[in-house]
Amino acid sequence: MQHRKIALLLSIIPGMGQLYNRQWVKGLLFLSIGGAFFAVFGDMLNMGFWGLFTLGTEVPRDNSVFLLAEGIIAVIVTCFGLAVYYLNLRDAYKNGRLRDENRKLSTLKDQYHNVVSQGYPYVVSGPSLFILIFAVIFPILFSFALAFTNYDLYHSPPANLADWVGLETFSKIFTVDIWRSTFFDVLGWTVVWTLVATSLQVTLGILLATIVNQKEIRFKRFYRTVLVLPWAVPGFVTILIFAGLFNDSFGAINNDILAAFGIDAIPWLTDSNWSRLALILMQGWLGFPYIFLVTTGVLQSIPEDLYEAATIDGASVFSKFKHITMPMILLAMAPIIITQFTFNFNNFNIIYLFNGGGPAEPGSTAGGTDILVSWIYKLTLQSSQYSLAAALTILLSVFVIAIALWQFRRTNSFKEGA
Amino acid sequence: MLKDTKRRKLLRLFISYSILTLMVIIIIYPLLWTVGASFNPGNSLISTSIIPENPTVAHYKELFAGSESLQYGQWYLNSLKISVFTMIGAVVSVSFTAYAFSRFRFKGRKNALTLFLLLQMIPQFSALIALFVLAQILGMMNSHWLLILLYIGGLIPMNTYLMKGYMDSISIDLDESAKIDGASNTRIFWQIIMPLSKPMIAVVAMNGFTGPLGDFVLSSVILRTPEYYTLPIGLFNLVNDVMGASYTTFAAGAILISIPVAIIFVLLQKNFVSGLTAGGTKG
Repeated sequence: MQHRKIALLLSIIPGMGQLYNRQWVKGLLFLSIGGAFFAVFGDMLNMGFWGLFTLGTEVPRDNSVFLLAEGIIAVIVTCFGLAVYYLNLRDAYKNGRLRDENRKLSTLKDQYHNVVSQGYPYVVSGPSLFILIFAVIFPILFSFALAFTNYDLYHSPPANLADWVGLETFSKIFTVDIWRSTFFDVLGWTVVWTLVATSLQVTLGILLATIVNQKEIRFKRFYRTVLVLPWAVPGFVTILIFAGLFNDSFGAINNDILAAFGIDAIPWLTDSNWSRLALILMQGWLGFPYIFLVTTGVLQSIPEDLYEAATIDGASVFSKFKHITMPMILLAMAPIIITQFTFNFNNFNIIYLFNGGGPAEPGSTAGGTDILVSWIYKLTLQSSQYSLAAALTILLSVFVIAIALWQFRRTNSFKEGA
Repeated sequence: MLKDTKRRKLLRLFISYSILTLMVIIIIYPLLWTVGASFNPGNSLISTSIIPENPTVAHYKELFAGSESLQYGQWYLNSLKISVFTMIGAVVSVSFTAYAFSRFRFKGRKNALTLFLLLQMIPQFSALIALFVLAQILGMMNSHWLLILLYIGGLIPMNTYLMKGYMDSISIDLDESAKIDGASNTRIFWQIIMPLSKPMIAVVAMNGFTGPLGDFVLSSVILRTPEYYTLPIGLFNLVNDVMGASYTTFAAGAILISIPVAIIFVLLQKNFVSGLTAGGTKG
């Protein structure tokens, strides 16, 4: 039998293959890591997986939420264990093959240097990975797992247990009448909101950047400074200010501006259509400066010769804009514009801070201007429908990932990046 | 013919200046209105005018009067603390990770990059339910450090991508000649890569600082006692308090936070715009 196969087989117990290859230190290291892993995590894994599968069997001894959390941690730990185990198997096989080919194995000193030089990227990125796992990956996995349980107000600890229900919550979204109609209402408005608000801010930004960039315009610095002010003031402050300005009874827009034109007060906060209009206008105000700044940068990088050549050929201002400026801007800004779309799709702050997603709609858990994220927030914090909120979170993530993937394929940065 | 082009040009300039003037008014008006409101006497906005008849600084005093539900100074400090530590944490972890991804070819690199790409797409919002449920049961309430950790974690994927893209554009010859001279990896990082990545570091630092300042979701789940509030939660509750909503006091608080942020922003604008456009076009 060849050495590589024997080493691989022996390595089923971590370290044995290395010992067989006469790499004593490495073998002992793997052996002790393996032993320590089971000594430290053994009970936890056992308990974790039991909890993950059953979500508890007895009230009040078991708490489904704790068991789920421990179960997910057990899965994460197991993944790390398997990764090390895989390294162990591969190392044994590789060195076994070296022996089959009658080549020399690396010495302990070489191995040490190897580990130090190859380990550098792991050491410097390790802390980030650790933070990422506990601050991002674990909570996301936990939220996603909840979507497949029936965890809500009536199935919560300590009085009750939750259970796995598979895809039931998802099918309920599409079959229970009140859920379905709310879901499609909210989704419809979310899409309209995303498209209209983003288009408005992008158009405004590009238009204003082009206007200010004209040669004859004076006081460029002044205009540029004023036009980025909406971005400079913290967003939550501006949204709350606008909530006051738009207020139906005492807001300045109704009382001062519209009154001056002799227009009756408009129910900005209490009628959902007017609320939606107000939100879109506000997002235009808040969002255009970013596009304005980036466009200004792009405009300044377009070579002057292009325009001169076009002028000699007798092109008008508008045809120059259409055939030179616009293509240049869109080419450079496509990724930025698409991130604006995903940003608005998830733009919780403006919706919630303005009027809490309101006005309230009778018989529905979502208000008239709630987009998906703010609806999920309400379901979680106000009506304790955790599994429904989690299922919606998954649908939302799938939607966002699909858009983002499409973006990355278009801009090809995925290929460059990986 | 010549006269015609001249007339057209005048018309174009007239329209341009009209649009700009209109925009300047639309932008300045809400800001001035807030300034006016903050000096208006009383709590309601019904009688508010941009130039108040009897200006008062009572609302500014009230912010620091130290009432139980209005601890503006404390919120200010809380926000500052969270933003500063998030910024430092994000810059350090992001630049080290980006350095590893940009300059080393190690096992698992591709998988890690794909993971980052995926995480960058999943909104951090997804973690909300988990945080809410666990915070309630585990009693993780009111912890600023937990919040900072969450913010840093949320910033890592996206900003690592930006930073890696920027570092990729720095010539690797520089590293190699330094290596021949015997410089260690860490030294190359501090003395060559970091100084050359300054524009992108400015972007990451800005994201780290303004991220927590713009967050309402995560902080509203974790911070529940007025003493621990950050400015967004504190000011939101001030406006939406059923018992004593006070727009004028809010306006005063809004001014005190907006002016320093806006000044820093306008001053630093040039730096991070170059970084943003570089990052944007490189993906």
